[in-house]
Amino acid sequence: MRFGVLQFPGSCDEVDALQAARRVADAELIWHGDRDLKGADAIVVPGGFSYGDYLRAGAIARFAPAMESVIEFAREGGPVLGICNGFQVLCEAHLLPGALLPNRNLRFTFRQVQLEVRSSGGTFTRECALGERLSIPAKHAWGRYHADEQTLAAMDDGGQIVLRYAPGENFNGSLQDIAGVSNEAGNVFGLMPHPEHAVDELIGGSTDGLKIFNSIKLTVEAA
Amino acid sequence: MRARVLIRPKAGILDPQGAAVERALPALGFAGVSRVHVGRLVELDVEDASQLQSMCERLLANPLVEDYEIQLLDVAPDAS
Repeated sequence: MRFGVLQFPGSCDEVDALQAARRVADAELIWHGDRDLKGADAIVVPGGFSYGDYLRAGAIARFAPAMESVIEFAREGGPVLGICNGFQVLCEAHLLPGALLPNRNLRFTFRQVQLEVRSSGGTFTRECALGERLSIPAKHAWGRYHADEQTLAAMDDGGQIVLRYAPGENFNGSLQDIAGVSNEAGNVFGLMPHPEHAVDELIGGSTDGLKIFNSIKLTVEAA
Repeated sequence: MRARVLIRPKAGILDPQGAAVERALPALGFAGVSRVHVGRLVELDVEDASQLQSMCERLLANPLVEDYEIQLLDVAPDAS
């Protein structure tokens, strides 16, 4: 099983994502200008500041040639994980509902956050129990999740609200404490915290992030 | 044709930048200021003004969270 990790000008977490993916499977970088996804079974759109985040975070990256292939891959049911800037890119590409806005505190904030798994058993949370807590770092300035009320209600009914910040942990002002959401089909998932930075006790303080990568691997292998 | 696109946070969506400016002004002695919102301004020369709406929908604004307003300016494009 092989992960493909996108790399845009301005990406900064693609190597950590690559290393995290390599703990569970093969993984390769995919340059933003390439349309060839190199036979990847799952795609990771990593964190950073793609194209300088000019205009709005993720607004320009969604038009990259590699993203055209990722959009097609996602529409065919391929698993796509967007982390932080990757989440913003997937929202801008309309692969995920809603949008990310500047943090309520207007600051770039870096902290370990406690998340609650609110939808388990799917492609990205196969290894997690419902209600389980994950400890994962978050670091961003544009992480306030927003969608209109009707969309939020439909997402809630459809099990698309996969991760919420645990009580007291919602530092960015996201509606309904939302930290990570999936699309209706469940094959595209985005979250603001960084599971790729929580794969080694020594430097991440937790290995909870591996559960996400492992879940994807198990899903692909079970297919 | 010179055009100007004004982009604002949609009504009802928390606008922390607007709120920060609204708090800062009284501290400088400016009283009676309310409903402050901070948006974005894009100015551009376009050959075909009919494309502006599509530009806004696809790139310049995010219609999920932002409203945009297109203004056509009655001045010749800057030759420089």
